[in-house]
Amino acid sequence: MALEVGGKSIALDEEGYLENLSDWTPEVAEALANAEDVTLTSEHWEILNFLREYYEEYQIAPAVRVLTKAVGKRLGADKGNSKYLYSLFPYGPGKQACKYAGLPKPTGCV
Amino acid sequence: MSTKNFLFVNRKAPYGTVYALESLEVVLISAAFEQNVSLAFIDDGVYQITKGQNSKGIGMKNFSPTYRALGDYDITKLYVSTESLAERGLTVDDLMELTYEDADDDYAEKPSIILVNREEMAAMMAEQEVILSF
Repeated sequence: MALEVGGKSIALDEEGYLENLSDWTPEVAEALANAEDVTLTSEHWEILNFLREYYEEYQIAPAVRVLTKAVGKRLGADKGNSKYLYSLFPYGPGKQACKYAGLPKPTGCV
Repeated sequence: MSTKNFLFVNRKAPYGTVYALESLEVVLISAAFEQNVSLAFIDDGVYQITKGQNSKGIGMKNFSPTYRALGDYDITKLYVSTESLAERGLTVDDLMELTYEDADDDYAEKPSIILVNREEMAAMMAEQEVILSF
């Protein structure tokens, strides 16, 4: 699979995650979201930026439970709950958000 | 699902074989099932949590930062063999500062590393229900 962004072809694996994490740009995130009929809002970006920082620091994509807790601590309890995160990423905050953020699929994602 | 005491025993150096990385992946997965997970670092396994790892020259990802995420996964007991450290000329100061936030104590940051000698390690192992060795 591949995605065309700004005239460049970005390689994706069979589930739509980036083959090379270094290919990620904000435009790639927009294109990945658009391919699934999602338009990224500032609320989405808050979570995507959080995930990229988490990956930078710990070299893993956090499990949903860990993400939820950490978002609550960083952005407040009204955002650190599954209801809010699923409203932004209905296919699962772990899988869908990590895909747009250019992270690998979360370890232990069940 | 019932909760069991799981212990993952790590005995090998972080690079050169895939044991350390595989162990870490299984640890994170088992934590997602809300089991009571502890880790032990014995023999060359103590190198897995040393500071300042740099794997650039061997073309492998340096996954040592991931150990610092264990606290987020409620894995708060990392038993390290004092004999194994001493045999390698290491002290606790050569290890990463691994901590967790204690939810029962106003989220105070506490050390996850517990130094134990052989007898204490054996006693701790006797309390486990499932032991997986890597």
